[in-house]
Amino acid sequence: MNPVNYLYLAALLFTIGASGVVIRRNAIVLFMCVELMLNASNLALVTFSRLHGNLDGQILAFFTMVVAAAEVVVGLAIIVSIFRTRHSASVDDSNLMKL
Amino acid sequence: MSTLLAAAGSLEPAARSYLSPTGQEIVFLLVGVLVLGAAVVSVTTRQLVHAALWLVVALGGLAVEFLLLTAEFVAWVQVLVYLGSVVVLVLFGLMLTRAPIGRSPDADSGNRPAALAVGAASAATLVTLVVDAFRSSWIDLSGPAGTTRLTGEFLFSHWVLPFEALSVLLLAALVGAIVLSRAKGDGTKPRPGNLRTVLTKTKER
Repeated sequence: MNPVNYLYLAALLFTIGASGVVIRRNAIVLFMCVELMLNASNLALVTFSRLHGNLDGQILAFFTMVVAAAEVVVGLAIIVSIFRTRHSASVDDSNLMKL
Repeated sequence: MSTLLAAAGSLEPAARSYLSPTGQEIVFLLVGVLVLGAAVVSVTTRQLVHAALWLVVALGGLAVEFLLLTAEFVAWVQVLVYLGSVVVLVLFGLMLTRAPIGRSPDADSGNRPAALAVGAASAATLVTLVVDAFRSSWIDLSGPAGTTRLTGEFLFSHWVLPFEALSVLLLAALVGAIVLSRAKGDGTKPRPGNLRTVLTKTKER
């Protein structure tokens, strides 16, 4: 099978996630778009692993998933504590450092 | 591992079938279209909870793609970690921050042109790069790979130190999340007399 198809899928998913990060306003939905981008890179890693015939890429994809889970846990805690003080989860409302 | 190395890219060009699709390619195409569609809906829908549920579809489809690439272990970790915990956490976060259940008109910020530009630039760069780099390469999916046994042996013979560092990172994330989300104030330690004052206040009412 030609690996280009999988890499196309990964590239398009990454693109969708990137434009979602630019479009969206809710911080948690931004997180979901970042997850999409991470998953696209995982798909590319697994494809490369299969292309080269060793398992390094799959191990890296596994590590990416673990780091993404940790990131989601800490990020959601930060978002919830911001929501407690500013009563909004929108990224446009966290503008304390703006002039 | 030597069988894997021998199987990779060793097919004769005559044996490569560019035209007649195999079952794997058909499944790849169907699931790929499903994943892309679900991702687009998840990024553009105005109902935030629906966005999280469409994300489940996209991530599940990606798990199927991992299975098609014979990466069993990664596929099941994807199901366990992403579908099982990350999406549940995201849904909990949406509920805790009181996301609107119905349509929310202000879900998108006003920079759709910027998003289009970013998307077009990223897609053009990545797709041309991929076409340029991997046009003539080939994957042979027949060899054994990615089973839990093989992955575990490989993980614990070559990647032990990063694995241990990751477990420490997970512990740090856990502790950090608990510290961040704990309620501020003196509600942590019950003081003597609190209960009594509350009771007398309720009696006075």
